[in-house]
Amino acid sequence: MAGTRGCYTKALIHRLVLENLKHRPVRTLLSATAIGVQVTMILTLVGVSQGVLGDIAARSRGTGADILVRPPGSSVLAFSGDMPQGIVGLVRKEPHVVMATGTKVQSIGNFDSITGINLEEFNAISGGLRYLEGGPFQGPDDLLIDDVYAGAHQLHAGGKLDLGLTWRIAGVVESGKLSHIFARLDSLQDKYSARDKVSVVYVKLDDPKNLAAVIDSLKVKLEDYKVFSVDEFISLISVDSIPILKRFTNVVIGLAVIVGFLVVFLSMYTAVLERTREIGILKALGASPGYIMAILLRETFVLAVAGAIAGVLMSFGTQWIMRVFVPTMPMLIVHAWWPWAALIALTGSLIGAIYPGLKAARQDAIEALVYD
Amino acid sequence: MTDEPPADVPMIEIRNLHKTYRVGEIDVHALRGANLSVARGEFLAVVGPSGSGKSTLFHILGGLTPPTSGTVHIGGQDLLGMTDAQRTDLRKSTVGFVFQKYNLLPTLSAADNIAIARDIAKKPRETDPAFDQILELLGLKGRLHHKPRALSGGEQQRVAIARAIVNHPAILLADEPTGNLDTENSTAVLGLLRDLNTRLGQTILMITHNPEAATYGNRIAKMRDGRVVE
Ligand SMILES: Nc1ncnc2c1ncn2[C@@H]1O[C@H](COP(=O)(O)OP(=O)(O)O)[C@@H](O)[C@H]1O
Ligand SMILES: [Mg+2]
Repeated sequence: MAGTRGCYTKALIHRLVLENLKHRPVRTLLSATAIGVQVTMILTLVGVSQGVLGDIAARSRGTGADILVRPPGSSVLAFSGDMPQGIVGLVRKEPHVVMATGTKVQSIGNFDSITGINLEEFNAISGGLRYLEGGPFQGPDDLLIDDVYAGAHQLHAGGKLDLGLTWRIAGVVESGKLSHIFARLDSLQDKYSARDKVSVVYVKLDDPKNLAAVIDSLKVKLEDYKVFSVDEFISLISVDSIPILKRFTNVVIGLAVIVGFLVVFLSMYTAVLERTREIGILKALGASPGYIMAILLRETFVLAVAGAIAGVLMSFGTQWIMRVFVPTMPMLIVHAWWPWAALIALTGSLIGAIYPGLKAARQDAIEALVYD
Repeated sequence: MTDEPPADVPMIEIRNLHKTYRVGEIDVHALRGANLSVARGEFLAVVGPSGSGKSTLFHILGGLTPPTSGTVHIGGQDLLGMTDAQRTDLRKSTVGFVFQKYNLLPTLSAADNIAIARDIAKKPRETDPAFDQILELLGLKGRLHHKPRALSGGEQQRVAIARAIVNHPAILLADEPTGNLDTENSTAVLGLLRDLNTRLGQTILMITHNPEAATYGNRIAKMRDGRVVE
């Protein structure tokens, strides 16, 4: 056997596995792709969750505030709860508070919301909005939108925008400060019958070293209200703090395991059926049930790994799709989740290979070899 | 290799062997008290009408199916009452099988088809000088890297024979090895079997329908109705 000699018995079984996969390229490709789609689903969900939350955190920091005050009983990301506007005046009286401004968050569906601001006060805290087109509010029906939102919906200053009510776009501002869509606080309160109601009070201090003292004092005065430093608030914005998101992620992971299981089950089951003869030959050569099982498990392993790699690559595709079509929901590539998504794909796949593997291992050798 | 019995003990000793298949409600008596003794180094041709139990006898000898009753000894091992795992071991190390057709794994080259038998027996791929001699007899040098579909039927069958003996089995069982081959290829395969027998002393049992093929052996056993009749 000159030329084919060498110490590669292990390589031999790998070759058998690869040749088997190559033998049915379409089945192999479809199986790996189906596993990959599951991986992409997980990575996209995780990436969008973290991207959106990170974006909210960044925009919260972009307000320039040191402290924020929320109504009693509000949860971290449900901004639209209300409290009396009088709170703003109360906060302003606190020592070391340079500026406090109330904002009203009005949800308009589609994950979007309009934030009502007092432009002068907001500028004082945040250092001012930077206008890319147009300028500040002129009338009560005026909106400011950021460049991300403008780009997503191809909007320009001077145009009209229907968000349930019809608004005029007064200007397009640079993104990164608080919201994608701004309206005048008083007109938003009017239009949505929420006179003297605000959702969040943003507070700027004279010196950050007074932060703890002011928070303590506000907590005493505004009993039951939520008083956070912006850093603390940002640290609370995570998937763990949003039970529904966490549950949804788990559902998608569960689906991924089940679909991986089904895909591999079908794929390996048909492989075993069509390889009755080959399995019979191996058995006649003295292959144990474990040997046969090992071949199928290796094939499955290769499919799952190929699927996981395909899934990771496809997640760059979904990131691109999100960026182009839903720019207000940025998606991060979360490397830390790659091994998890791969492991999830592998788990479903290996479970799917068990039954076909047992069927092959138990198959009668003679029947396959004697009867055609 | 295998633990071989002393030379005076027959390689195969079959006494009053019965095999009954149950097909639905019906018992099919494939073997009804077969007796046979094969010496080491013999090349036995097994002939007989279709359905007389020749293949069944081979499947029992090869550990592919358990006997129903009687005694069967191969190289000193008692086949009756063997567990599945013991029969797997028997196939792995004591017998080599050649079937009528479709013997090879289609996705592997001829060389890898031979190597996989080594792998299953957990032996290194490197074979010994004796096996090199076998490859010499095979006359397939230069064809071993081909996949089965690129080989003629005769070549495929010779590869299957090489694979069957690569682990030095005590006996080689060939069930109509030329049943699918034309005259020229049949002659090559039969010639190989005879060379293996005369030059290497390989014990061979071969089922054949062809009287001319039967003459390649040094003894003929005739089967009828589940018994060896002469
Ligand atoms: N796996 C099996 N299940 C049921 N009946 C079988 C099986 N194998 C063989 N037989 C029956 O046993 C008898 C002997 O068959 P076989 O050993 O194949 O004969 P031969 O090889 O001499 O043609 C036949 O009647 C056949 O139908
Ligand atoms: Mg037969």
